[in-house]
Amino acid sequence: MTTVSMTVNGKTVSADVEDRTLLVSFLRETLGLTGTHVGCDTSQCGACVVHIDGRAVKSCTTLAVQAAGTAVTTIEGLSSGGELHPVQAAFRDNHGLQCGFCTPGMIMTSVDIINRHGAHLDEATVRHELEGNICRCTGYHNIVKSVLDAAGRMTTSAAAE
Amino acid sequence: MGVEGIGQSVVRKEDKRFITGKGKYTDDIKLQGLTQAHFVRSPHAHARIKSIDTSAAKAMPGVVAVLTGSELVGDKIGNLICGWMVHSKDGSPMKMGAFPAMANETVRWVGQAVAVVIAETKNLARDAAEAVVVDYEELQAVVDVREAVKPGAPQLHPEAANNTIYQWSIGDQSATDAAIAGAAHVVTMDIMNNRLVPNPMEPRSAVAQYDSADDHLTLWTTSQNPHVARLLLSAFYNIAPENKLRVIAPDVGGGFGAKIYVYPEEIVCLWAARKIDRPVKWTADRSEAFLTDAHGRDHVSKAELAFDADHKIIGLRVHTYANFGAYMSLFSSSVPTYLYATLLSGQYNIPNIYCEVDGVYTNTVPVDAYRGAGRPEAAFLIERLMETAARQFGMSPADLRRKNFITQFPHQTPVIMTYDTGDFNASLDAAMKAIDYAGFPARKAASAAKGKLRGIGISCYIEACGIAPSKAVGSLGAGVGLWESAEVRVNPVGTVEVLTGSHSHGQGHETTFAQLISTRLGVGIDTVQIIHGDTDKVQFGMGTYGSRSGAVGMSAILKAVEKVEAKARKIAAHLMEAAEGDIVIEGGEVKVAGTDKKMPWALVALAAYTGHNLPDGMEPGLKEGAFYDPTNFTFPAGSYIAEVEIDPDTGKTTVCNFTAADDFGNLMNPMIVEGQVHGGIAQGIGQALLEGTVYTGDGQLLTASYMDYAMPRADDLPSFDIHHTCTPCPGNPLGIKGCGEAGAIGSPPAIINAITDALGHNHIEMPATPDRVWHAIHSRMAAE
Repeated sequence: MTTVSMTVNGKTVSADVEDRTLLVSFLRETLGLTGTHVGCDTSQCGACVVHIDGRAVKSCTTLAVQAAGTAVTTIEGLSSGGELHPVQAAFRDNHGLQCGFCTPGMIMTSVDIINRHGAHLDEATVRHELEGNICRCTGYHNIVKSVLDAAGRMTTSAAAE
Repeated sequence: MGVEGIGQSVVRKEDKRFITGKGKYTDDIKLQGLTQAHFVRSPHAHARIKSIDTSAAKAMPGVVAVLTGSELVGDKIGNLICGWMVHSKDGSPMKMGAFPAMANETVRWVGQAVAVVIAETKNLARDAAEAVVVDYEELQAVVDVREAVKPGAPQLHPEAANNTIYQWSIGDQSATDAAIAGAAHVVTMDIMNNRLVPNPMEPRSAVAQYDSADDHLTLWTTSQNPHVARLLLSAFYNIAPENKLRVIAPDVGGGFGAKIYVYPEEIVCLWAARKIDRPVKWTADRSEAFLTDAHGRDHVSKAELAFDADHKIIGLRVHTYANFGAYMSLFSSSVPTYLYATLLSGQYNIPNIYCEVDGVYTNTVPVDAYRGAGRPEAAFLIERLMETAARQFGMSPADLRRKNFITQFPHQTPVIMTYDTGDFNASLDAAMKAIDYAGFPARKAASAAKGKLRGIGISCYIEACGIAPSKAVGSLGAGVGLWESAEVRVNPVGTVEVLTGSHSHGQGHETTFAQLISTRLGVGIDTVQIIHGDTDKVQFGMGTYGSRSGAVGMSAILKAVEKVEAKARKIAAHLMEAAEGDIVIEGGEVKVAGTDKKMPWALVALAAYTGHNLPDGMEPGLKEGAFYDPTNFTFPAGSYIAEVEIDPDTGKTTVCNFTAADDFGNLMNPMIVEGQVHGGIAQGIGQALLEGTVYTGDGQLLTASYMDYAMPRADDLPSFDIHHTCTPCPGNPLGIKGCGEAGAIGSPPAIINAITDALGHNHIEMPATPDRVWHAIHSRMAAE
């Protein structure tokens, strides 16, 4: 057992875990943050994507101990003050989700994509960047629309600030 | 708050919880004292179990129990059933081999459960499972249907000689033989329909809890139809009587058919929870999902389509081997028969059809309904034949189709179905216009100038859904009726709860069903709660599959709300001293037509509950239920056109344009309908280009993870161009046909017709991977 401490969604957390505990298990089982999902176990589907120090990471293939001392953001910590994050709002407004299972990972990846590309996103880039997130429901059509819409919203609001 | 009625693209009510990480899926459930199950699975495709030694596993840390198939038999847990009786053409019933929840004598596919370890944590259960020693005597396995039926092939079940479940037929053999014998042209093809793994993104999961004080069990499970699950668990698997078993399907992360069935794992978790008197959870990992979720498709067919000299179809003869896998799954028998061969007429006037289907056991994962279930196989077969015929005749594929389209309705096909309505020319026109079919030669030339091969392919599909009229399916062997039930409960303040037997696992029922109530009662959708997926709350329901939740589920809700309206009108007429026939409910008010008399909807509801001033003899309350049994299947149909570009150096196919023009009848929420079509097309393109389920000859599944099985990803697909035509369905009060499966049914033939058009090489198997396409190009070049 190892004591692991990190910041999750702005709160400091600490727990004793088996060395082999995956970050996703730590989030889901130890902390009860079940918004992060496990879809494949092999780092392919991206249902488990969270942010570690602001970067999108697959938590199903990250050990909890590897995240020690970092700041982790999960889907539960993305919005603040009751306002949806622009990516969350864009997914809702563009019907970018159906069963909702891949959605948290899709949204966390999309935030990272938009953070890195800003206003320069186009459909081909979004599709290429989403390669590590699998959705079986939407055919990606409305997910791509959601990401492009969100990119527009985020760059507009950034320009206004 | 405005009325958000049917026909509007209302943003989904359920999305808030999913986009904020507050969805509640089965694996999210935590209970006091929860244990974790891990299954020991067969590594062999076919073997006799000589012994199972669980002693070392039982001594491992944190292990609560290790249970095997023989204990299951000892506790009289029933074998899994197939719920649809199909008879062979000789009149004999299908040959169903015993399917225990954990094998205790013979294993018949890689992944079949033989024991379960229950421990304090998932990791401890997994560790201990490694210590269970199973001594197997390996037997020869067979995975290919054509090999399985040969003399001397390994035999799976003593009940089924030559591994044959049934030899079924439909249609008039002698008339069809005569038509083909006298035909001016006969197009003959061998057609494979590749095995697919459904892969809903949420792996299956089960949590079972036993309350020893009440001798009551609760199961949370990833099910598309929790009431059917409870019925099976009670009536056939001997888990508990229905009144002592509650089944809850909370948020479910996609189904696509794979979550219709009760699987061994749910049975074992319930049985074990009672045995150890602690809650038990099991959640599949992805490889377990590949090895245990029912697979789809897997047909090998030979088909002959006969034409007269004027290119009118005069007959269709088909023989299909359908791979069932190692056991008969719940609805497996119906898929390659009544859901497949009954759709072989496609959109065409075909006077004579005869189809034989041989159902065959192999040492592979059981096969059952997957999005479209039989109808994609039928559409692929007929649409490949039509395209091939057009090429042989040197005709435009659109013109050959138009020449043979059914244009008069109702139309009785020679294979049971009566198409109620449709306009096949309208959808083909819409698709050809949208994709600029006339401009294709110029685009092909532009591709050629870049050294690329461009092709265009049409697919005109029809399907039967809105499953299904109970009497009709009963006469065909179904073990259940396929009606739906609903209850509409108006609260004293006028808000509404709808309890439905349909289950939503991505389809957006919480929104569309609320839109129906909003339209009828004039209340905002936020005042309507849709309740589903819990056998303790909803009286009964047949669940969601076969694109039935709109046509059947919503029709039941409509019937119930009409009863509510009738009672509300009586109350309002009494309160406002008006004639009942003059009462109109609209915009959240109840009005007397032609006067200024009116009262808010909420006050009518309140009056129903106070009971202070109701018509003499009327019961208080405002709550009504209804069962709706459809009178016919519905027949969504449409035209899909795919345009592809192939790089001859790599064999890689790029889908450049994909246009769909569907006739789903009336649309309840066009945004959600289009989303369903997008997802279906993606699965169809996945089947056509990417998804191959590969077994070795000895039954090892090589494609058992996302590292090996090519799921469609965002950069494999284009954006889709979706159009609608509309002939309202006359068979249900809302005029709905259903939209859930169409995309997966219509798209594979469009893609393969486009690829073969580009290649000028008429045969390529699905999935048309770069390797296969490259070889098709280069074998042709070598031949030239």
